[in-house]
Amino acid sequence: MRADHSGGRKHAREEGEAAATQLATARAGTAYANGDPILEVRDLVKHYPLTQGVLFKKQVGAVKAVDGVSFDLSAGETLGIVGESGCGKSTVARMLVHLERPTAGAIRYKGEDITRLSGRALKAVRRNIQMVFQDPYTSLNPRMTVGDIIGEPYEIHPEVAPKGERRRKVQDLLDVVGLNPEYINRYPHQFSGGQRQRIGIARGLALNPEIIVADEPVSALDVSVQAQVINLLDSLQSEFGLSFVFIAHDLSIVRHISDRVGVMYLGRIVEIGTDEQIYEHPTHPYTQALLSAVPVPDPMARESRERIILHGDVPSPANPPSGCRFRTRCWKAQERCALEVPLLAVPAAFRLAPGPASHDSACHFAEEKHVVASREERDTPRGEGRGPEIEAPGTAVRKRPPHDPEAQGDIQP
Amino acid sequence: MLLEVRDLHVEFHTREGVAKAVNGVNYSVAEGETLAVLGESGSGKSVTAQAVMGILDMPPGKISGGEILFKDRDLLKLKPEERRRVRGQEMAMIFQDALSSLNPVMTVGEQLGEMFTVHRGMSRKDARTRSVELMDRVRIPAAKERVGNYPHQFSGGMRQRIMIAMAMALEPSLIIADEPTTALDVTVQAQVMDLLAELQRELNMGLILITHDLGVVADVADKIAVMYAGRIVETSPVHDIYQAPAHPYTKGLLRSIPRLDRKGRELYAIRGLPPNLLHIPPGCAFHPRCPMAQDVCRTDVPPLYRVSDGRRSACHFWKETLDAR
Repeated sequence: MRADHSGGRKHAREEGEAAATQLATARAGTAYANGDPILEVRDLVKHYPLTQGVLFKKQVGAVKAVDGVSFDLSAGETLGIVGESGCGKSTVARMLVHLERPTAGAIRYKGEDITRLSGRALKAVRRNIQMVFQDPYTSLNPRMTVGDIIGEPYEIHPEVAPKGERRRKVQDLLDVVGLNPEYINRYPHQFSGGQRQRIGIARGLALNPEIIVADEPVSALDVSVQAQVINLLDSLQSEFGLSFVFIAHDLSIVRHISDRVGVMYLGRIVEIGTDEQIYEHPTHPYTQALLSAVPVPDPMARESRERIILHGDVPSPANPPSGCRFRTRCWKAQERCALEVPLLAVPAAFRLAPGPASHDSACHFAEEKHVVASREERDTPRGEGRGPEIEAPGTAVRKRPPHDPEAQGDIQP
Repeated sequence: MLLEVRDLHVEFHTREGVAKAVNGVNYSVAEGETLAVLGESGSGKSVTAQAVMGILDMPPGKISGGEILFKDRDLLKLKPEERRRVRGQEMAMIFQDALSSLNPVMTVGEQLGEMFTVHRGMSRKDARTRSVELMDRVRIPAAKERVGNYPHQFSGGMRQRIMIAMAMALEPSLIIADEPTTALDVTVQAQVMDLLAELQRELNMGLILITHDLGVVADVADKIAVMYAGRIVETSPVHDIYQAPAHPYTKGLLRSIPRLDRKGRELYAIRGLPPNLLHIPPGCAFHPRCPMAQDVCRTDVPPLYRVSDGRRSACHFWKETLDAR
């Protein structure tokens, strides 16, 4: 099956569109057509031990970087994972490509748990899951030429390309990512940030992987170059039928590129659904706060936009709050939130009413709330037809301008 | 006018040649006004600010022309000690990376207190009291207990608040904030921008906000100056520019950002790369990347054409850009 597939890939470069169809056929030949879960992540946990003492090290606790994350990735889809720094999204990425070993849980690639693999079997799987890193300045070896960087995966997996063919393959890859194939002997410092990120993408593609894990691939780039790289990732996905796990903190970019989106907070996924479900019909308070905090590039939205300002900082993952981890910053928190861990499932309130709000959300008091105003909504005059103002312990919801004393009524859920 | 930058030129003398970082920048800020300076890396937005602040590394930097009028005095003609007094008391700067801008071996209380002991001649005890007040004002919880902490003991958002407290300490009339929220998470970013806007209103300060984030600009700015290759290519009140940009670069930038409220198809991408400052293209520096470029753009540097009151565009074809929406 693999040989078939990589044969298809080779032709795709040579004959363009006709071969792309061939590749698609090769893909359809496997049991993993578009839509089937190619990757199933179950209860993934990563704890980093905290130790005390020099000679006799004693574990005194653990940083719970990832604490029970589950999701599926279908063949050909893009799953976006968003969250703030320290939420564990990068640790998840690193476990998917086996750069970190999980403390517990399973990562099933085509039904097989890869966390238990080793040796040759592991090597074969790793070929199919490749990574693109955030920082194009530190993730490329400055003393290797571009050809050596992109060709290095072939040293480890020589079966993908025989020695004589490697140079041509690397030049093909440079062409695919929009770089001049004649640049093969140049060094990373001779390229701009955007071009370096293209080199990193070419390296990720070298082994014909099925899954690409991209950890903040565009956050180090300038706005005008960001768009170029996002478009490149988009077109590579449709050309090669890749599945993407796209990790980023920029919610606008994640919406643009993702089919489904998972929101992480303190080592857990709090809400997951299609891009429309998450952005237009969020039901978890954290998602709502996150979305409302994103500045919208439209000054007309300034006055009308309702913003949820979260107070305080994210608690330490070494000592997360009991029950719901978001409760210390949540304006809906009640006693139950401290006692009972909310499960990531369709909340009871929406179970009987199918609709876009009916998706997995880990909140005891899940409630739909529109926070991303569409353009039409914004055209209503200031202060009319907008949601209520909330001022609750730890959290304020308010419109701008904020210094209107009458606009601070208390609402308790 | 609080601050007026006139025809400012800054060059850097490097081994490879002269890099022209700022090539004739004009802008002004009034009391209580927020000017956003928007641009990508290498556009000269930070260098201009450093020249205003008087913290440019010279050499290799050199201010090769222009005036910086602050309260009607040309800062470039002041003696070093006068300049230092202006910099310390009348203008202040907030940097992107609070961790590397604060001294890691001094407590935040000592660093805040230094503002009062050095510039106001206060005793250390009084300075400490004022430091606690300041930390309270930027809403650092339990300020009294935390005044003796070191910068690494605070979170990123808290450190940025301490930077803001330091900048506000002597109640300056101008604040320059260079990417103040770029390193912060969105929810913290919103808190910090809110705080900055509130203090600005209270003290009626002028604020120059340097950023590459079109969203932040739309949220807080009164007017905007877009920079490219060391020049201002468009200036405008904030509302107009988002509705109808008058320069192809601004237009490209606005079209190339993904939107939270819409699921777009392919993003518009400005082709090519920003120019190397050692070899700025002749004529309009943007012409190699511009979809509207004609022969005249390759030879003639466009002046800042007047579009309307308060609006200027450095494009030979600003009318066509405005019309072709």
